[in-house]
Amino acid sequence: MPTQNRSTGLEYSKISEIKGPLLIIDGVTGAAFDELVEIETPSHEKRLGRVLEIGGGRAVVQVFEGTTGLSVSETKTRFLGKTMKIPVSDQLLGRVFDGLGRPIDNLPDPVGDRFDDINGESINPERRDFPEDFIQTGVSSIDGLNTLVRGQKLPIFSGAGLPHNLLAAQIARQATVPGKGEEFAVVFAAIGVQNSEASFFRKSLEESGAIKRSILYINLADDPAIERIITPRVALTAAEYLAFEKDTHVLVIISDMTNYAEALREISAAREEVPGRKGYPGYLYTDLATIYERAGKIKGRNGSLTQIPILSMPSDDITHPIPDLTGYITEGQIVLGRDLHRKEIYPPISILSCLSRLMKEGVGEGKTRQDHQNVSSQLYSAYSRSLELRALAEIVGKAGLAPVDIKYLEFGDLFEDKFLKQGFDENRTLEDTLGIAWELFSTLPVDELTKVKQDEISLYLKAKA
Amino acid sequence: MVAKGKIIWISGPAVKADGMSTAQMYETVEVGEDKIVGEIIRLTGDTAFIQVYESTSGLTPGQPVVGTGSPLSVTLGPGMMGTIYDGLQRPLDKIAAKAGDFITRGIHVPPIPKKKWNFLPSVKKGDIVKAGSILGTVKETDLIDHKILVPPTHSGGKISEIVKEGKYDKDYVIAVVDNKNDKYELFMHHNWPVRQPRPFSQRYDPELPLITGQRVLDTFFPIAKGGTAAIPGGFGTGKTVTLHQVASWSDASVVFHIGCGERGNEMTEVLIKFPELKDPRTGKSLMERTILVANTSNMPVAAREASIYTGITMAEYYRDMGYDTVLVADSTSRWAEALRELSGRLEEMPAEEGYPSYLASRLAEFYERAGRVKCLGSPDRDGSVTVIGAVSPPGGDFTEPVSTHTMRCIKTFWALDTKLAYSRHYPSINWMTSYSGYAESIDNWWVSNVDKDRPKLRLETYTILQREDVLKEIVRLLGPEALPDEEKLILDVARMIKEGFLQQMAFDKVDRYCSPEKQVKMMKIYVNFYKECQKALSNGVSLESIRSLPVISQIIRSKYEISDNELEKMDELYKITMKSITELSGKEVPVVADSK
Repeated sequence: MPTQNRSTGLEYSKISEIKGPLLIIDGVTGAAFDELVEIETPSHEKRLGRVLEIGGGRAVVQVFEGTTGLSVSETKTRFLGKTMKIPVSDQLLGRVFDGLGRPIDNLPDPVGDRFDDINGESINPERRDFPEDFIQTGVSSIDGLNTLVRGQKLPIFSGAGLPHNLLAAQIARQATVPGKGEEFAVVFAAIGVQNSEASFFRKSLEESGAIKRSILYINLADDPAIERIITPRVALTAAEYLAFEKDTHVLVIISDMTNYAEALREISAAREEVPGRKGYPGYLYTDLATIYERAGKIKGRNGSLTQIPILSMPSDDITHPIPDLTGYITEGQIVLGRDLHRKEIYPPISILSCLSRLMKEGVGEGKTRQDHQNVSSQLYSAYSRSLELRALAEIVGKAGLAPVDIKYLEFGDLFEDKFLKQGFDENRTLEDTLGIAWELFSTLPVDELTKVKQDEISLYLKAKA
Repeated sequence: MVAKGKIIWISGPAVKADGMSTAQMYETVEVGEDKIVGEIIRLTGDTAFIQVYESTSGLTPGQPVVGTGSPLSVTLGPGMMGTIYDGLQRPLDKIAAKAGDFITRGIHVPPIPKKKWNFLPSVKKGDIVKAGSILGTVKETDLIDHKILVPPTHSGGKISEIVKEGKYDKDYVIAVVDNKNDKYELFMHHNWPVRQPRPFSQRYDPELPLITGQRVLDTFFPIAKGGTAAIPGGFGTGKTVTLHQVASWSDASVVFHIGCGERGNEMTEVLIKFPELKDPRTGKSLMERTILVANTSNMPVAAREASIYTGITMAEYYRDMGYDTVLVADSTSRWAEALRELSGRLEEMPAEEGYPSYLASRLAEFYERAGRVKCLGSPDRDGSVTVIGAVSPPGGDFTEPVSTHTMRCIKTFWALDTKLAYSRHYPSINWMTSYSGYAESIDNWWVSNVDKDRPKLRLETYTILQREDVLKEIVRLLGPEALPDEEKLILDVARMIKEGFLQQMAFDKVDRYCSPEKQVKMMKIYVNFYKECQKALSNGVSLESIRSLPVISQIIRSKYEISDNELEKMDELYKITMKSITELSGKEVPVVADSK
């Protein structure tokens, strides 16, 4: 970190209280809100923090690396007179950093073209460009039904033990915009993930050669929790620079946002703030928005920033504040389901709860294929009917169902087996995906296909064998 | 005297300053060296508590705070139409021109341009004008004649000078009014404090429907002009699309869309889509009658709190010109959260879920600013503000404070349903849990303007849906085969109504707008289809043969295959429908014995 080299700044040593991740310093004058603070421990180790509240000579400082080992009498603090910034340049590609942006790959500090504030600034809505370039992930249930477009933020809602990392790695490897040949740079921010998960992700990028165009920011489960507040912001600052200054298409994968929200709650609790739902601070929505809203495209600039945040839903509860508020900010969600996972279907994407809000802009004639949207609606409506019937059949038995209902039941099974299920290395083109869909449609009576148009039926539906 | 004080404490968007004893409540102040805008929300001794509308990063105690002497106000005059503002009425394109693609702090841009407008006076020297009277008009866009008003708090008087028709800018004195030896200069603009409702002379009962072209809304859950509606929904229930539809297609003259804590890309969609969308009645771009207020979720939280007031004040101003306006606030939950965040920083005693105790009264005050009114001054004219507020209940739980308090303030409730959305039934408005308090009061309009049978058809259609809802329970337990054919028929017709009438495709060229006439004609087909099939069943026609009628898919497809300017085809379809059922009875009677 370049800030460590600075020796200027106002120095204070009158610490009045240490609680949780917070340091309360008295007799402070001239410090600014949000200012970066350098803390020297009694054993001369240096840590970083930032001002959360200032006034009446008192500063409340949040210590990123935690307060373990700090003492009231022997700790020195230095106010650095600036907010937190990181050096950005395209030399960051291929590097690995810790959660605060310090190298952990035994290479020297990166040289920055400039220093950017990690909080970023909000993109003027008037200058945003609307995301509409289809990204082919090679995963049928995403490409066909919940299409991802460049500049979108599409989270993966997962649960403990579900293969979200496998899916994220697959997307990171396969994501491409067909016909454009522009490759994605991948920025991976690991927030409180286990060692094994981080190394899995790293290996997966190395094996496919994608590591050369990737930046990794890693805060492991045993790293300081408060650092997690910073990790996604550092990663997004680097990503924004690549996207908007270097005309790169950047895919940012953040895993796991739940750990981020936990860290936020820890600080809020230490500050004795009035809690909102489940003890999370009332400003959780605003705070999450400052992360997610950094995705997008800007008029007149060629790059884009696409975000795939991953969060694990505590006890698979989609109404828990973290997934709930996330869903309100992001443009849809990919939800992984335990039922499908138990059936050994990979990826276990439980499509009925999924949505991509930007899909309609990215698909259709001239973008993907004219029948794409309607095929998706038809698959949705047929699959949801089959699930209803599955529940019904459990009560009344198959015998109680009409012949057409039985067709739907079979459709549901085929859909899961042929369409949803695919290999971890299987990279399906959109043509493949839509082809499978039409194959499935051919098992239903033609009259039932009310969502697709007549001319699409005559063009794509193959006669029943 | 203007207050001049110093910052003593900073935490997020909240700042305390002392030396502010002459400051007033809700006065706007300039904070720090960058002169960022803030508003006083509490005064204790000479300490003022200020909510700051921009990032406070880098502010230090000791920096100056200067009062402006006036509460948070908007500037009202020609040049607002088609603009996209932030929560403080700063045009976002002007901000971009000054600061680039990202919003930096402390930018000051004028809310309306200093452009010359062609002013056409409608009063002459010697005329008596009152508060709210029209002085003349400016052609603001092809669709909107901007009426220049005497400010509503003005004492009025006799016109002693008025300019001739010609081009003037907003700061040119266009008229002078004499009142008991006092002379007042009037301009083409005036300022108005956002937290204060603009006055009117009389409020009307809600008797005119706001036609939105969305079948499920207009037919089953209508909203009146000047009415209030809430549209709740968990994320992904199609709330935004429904609101866009209403904004684009409703028969209001002016549309206000307040993106309050919304997604940036969604705002962009509005920005790109609205100019492309054509006004269905004039063929002009929709932006010529739209004003947007955008305060996305990552923009400062205090400005989000202000944004709905900024929006509704502008809406009231156009109402005062005699226009029907629709204001869409998406989402009031985000606004309430902003209130909560600031209340938390003030360390106020929280009520439910951390929301401040005044949440309910603030919501009520906001929704009461809706209404259809007789405007102040001369000539006589009526205008309305219809308010549609989106609510985003956490976890889809309608018992949370924002939803429950909102329900008490509104009359129409469009309940978006997650289950419907998941099965891609759009608009996913649940026809069993939604309601409208205007359905009765606007019936007269439908009867005298569209079709006298409409109330009856509406009831009959709704009854089919209601009966289906009851039968569904039985089906869930016993399976559909347990029902007699008459009841299976109800399920079938209800399914047709759901697919062909309730579902409406927002992105289909024909289906996105459905005229009142077509809505009634469609209902007529469904209701009579049901009645005739019922008869046919009792005549011994089998359900199978009814189900295989080719006309069924024709009926369902009519929503997008028959456009509003070829309604005679609906009548034709009606005849074909009736005929094919009659033919069925004629042919099938003998075969019925072995159909089972």
